[in-house]
Amino acid sequence: MKKLSIYLMAGPDTPELAAAAVAGGADLLEIGFPFSDPLADGPVIRLAGERALAQGMRTRACLECLAETRARVEVPLIPMTYASILEAYGYERFQADAQKAGATSLIVADLPIEAAPELRRVQLVAPTTPSERISLAAHRTDGWLYLVSLTGTTGARGEVSEQLAGLVERARGVTDVPLLAGFGISTPDHAAGAAALADGIVVGSRAVEIAHESGPDALQDYVTVLRTALDRVVVSLPG
Amino acid sequence: MRGASPPHPPPGGEAAANGFYGAYGGRYVPETLVPALDELEEGWNDIRDDPGFRLELEQLQATYVGRPTPLYRTERLGGDRTIYLKREDLCHTGAHKINNAVGQALVARRLGKKRIVAETGAGQHGVASATVCARFGLECVVYMGSEDMERQKPNVERMHLLGAEVRAVEFGTRTLKEATSEAIRDWITNVETTHYMIGSCVGPHPYPELVRELQSVIGREAREQMLAAESRLPEAVVACVGGGSNAIGLFAGFLEDADVRLVGVEAAGAASLGSGRAGVLHGARSSLLADEDGQIADAHSISAGLDYPGVGPEHAFLRDTGRAEYRAATDEEALGAFHLLAEREGIIPALEPAHALARALDLDAELILVGLSGRGDKDLATVLGR
Repeated sequence: MKKLSIYLMAGPDTPELAAAAVAGGADLLEIGFPFSDPLADGPVIRLAGERALAQGMRTRACLECLAETRARVEVPLIPMTYASILEAYGYERFQADAQKAGATSLIVADLPIEAAPELRRVQLVAPTTPSERISLAAHRTDGWLYLVSLTGTTGARGEVSEQLAGLVERARGVTDVPLLAGFGISTPDHAAGAAALADGIVVGSRAVEIAHESGPDALQDYVTVLRTALDRVVVSLPG
Repeated sequence: MRGASPPHPPPGGEAAANGFYGAYGGRYVPETLVPALDELEEGWNDIRDDPGFRLELEQLQATYVGRPTPLYRTERLGGDRTIYLKREDLCHTGAHKINNAVGQALVARRLGKKRIVAETGAGQHGVASATVCARFGLECVVYMGSEDMERQKPNVERMHLLGAEVRAVEFGTRTLKEATSEAIRDWITNVETTHYMIGSCVGPHPYPELVRELQSVIGREAREQMLAAESRLPEAVVACVGGGSNAIGLFAGFLEDADVRLVGVEAAGAASLGSGRAGVLHGARSSLLADEDGQIADAHSISAGLDYPGVGPEHAFLRDTGRAEYRAATDEEALGAFHLLAEREGIIPALEPAHALARALDLDAELILVGLSGRGDKDLATVLGR
């Protein structure tokens, strides 16, 4: 079955939103720990980060949010953040405290594969990543590889990136770890298209937008639609 | 490259080879950019010592930029002190930024990149980028905070005349910090066709090294000129520090001269070195204005070019090793020096180097060299509006 990962920005409503996303069929959740200068993010996540910071979602509050979310859901929870947060909090300390709060792994958007190798995390690879680097990332990654499906920042796009197929093919050539595609995936069609190639998908900006504008029920409906689209994808080959 | 490995474990691993100055520098970027940085590093290493590149760069410096720039001994400014000015304000486009832009245009051409993105604060780097793009026939997109567009209007108009597209950045501080973030996001999106022409010695490796190398012509010339004029080296070399490119270029000429004091002057409200902490911004680990959670704080300066919460990693390293000292000047002190230079020497400086002048005027040294990094035409509205 194809995996569905939903990204939510940490905030007061996150535990409830997380429960809604899981009820809709999310297999794992990424919880954004906001950073003032998120280079990998497009406008939707950047704005969500600004709102979260304005609500006081600093590192400690995010860790508390994580623990409260953990109390509501059983799926893997993965904080996603930027190196500056870890620099300030301490890499090891962050890892330990996140784990204590219920984190399953970690994603750091601006920490390249080579940096901080002792920090166990989900590695990202992009269409520009050469195959040798994909291989290194797969070797170091924590459970699955995050495929950045396009050259660009996070945010909804009209179509699934044409770059994704090539990236999946190159990744399959060097590793057996599961591949989840993210960036630019927002509609059921996108979800099905991307999941036909990869082992699962990550949806961020659109989920964040719906959660913010319409709340948990709307989020659950949205995730259900994505889940349905994914479940229709015929699994052609064993992973 | 300075410093083979960072002393602190966090950024460790093979990243140690990626351009660390002590604990500072490195590469903290989304994966999409890593191959582009590798390509840039390789391209730069290929051409930096290529005689053809050197010759073309020197010819452009001589015939287009206007190098060597004069070393001017002030007549009435210093009182008991002898103050020399390295006149980067006399460069084409009115600031030292063109030294870097010309060099990076040659690098972009070598890499086959036809589109340039750049960030700008005061507009000086944006104008320099737009200028070299016109000269080399490259498409040019400049990101600029909307607040800076307001206070540096003449430079926006210049960029338009030169054929560049200026994109206003309307969120966050609406200054250099956000403009830099947006330029990097554009680069992430268009990385295959685009060279990011960064304007200061900041950003991920190899940028700090690349920009320093292209700006070091300032220090090389100044050292020779000082020796010719005074038969000795200055006691102190003073330059303003925002990102720190004119300072690192000037300091580069005197780093090995242990008796020469190197003094960087930050804006009091943007003192990344004086009151910052280690953190990560725009692709590098450096000393930053940030809170205890690692969130970047706002900088405040009358001078758009110094209004930046980060600084080049080599400056953080020079601070820690004690080779350079860093001080601050307030908006008022900079304005005072701005007027003084205009009235006593007939030179209108940019507000950025006015900070350096302000500290040079009360420095306990007799023979001082100040980097006059740019001219002040762009700042008239700001100064006269007060």
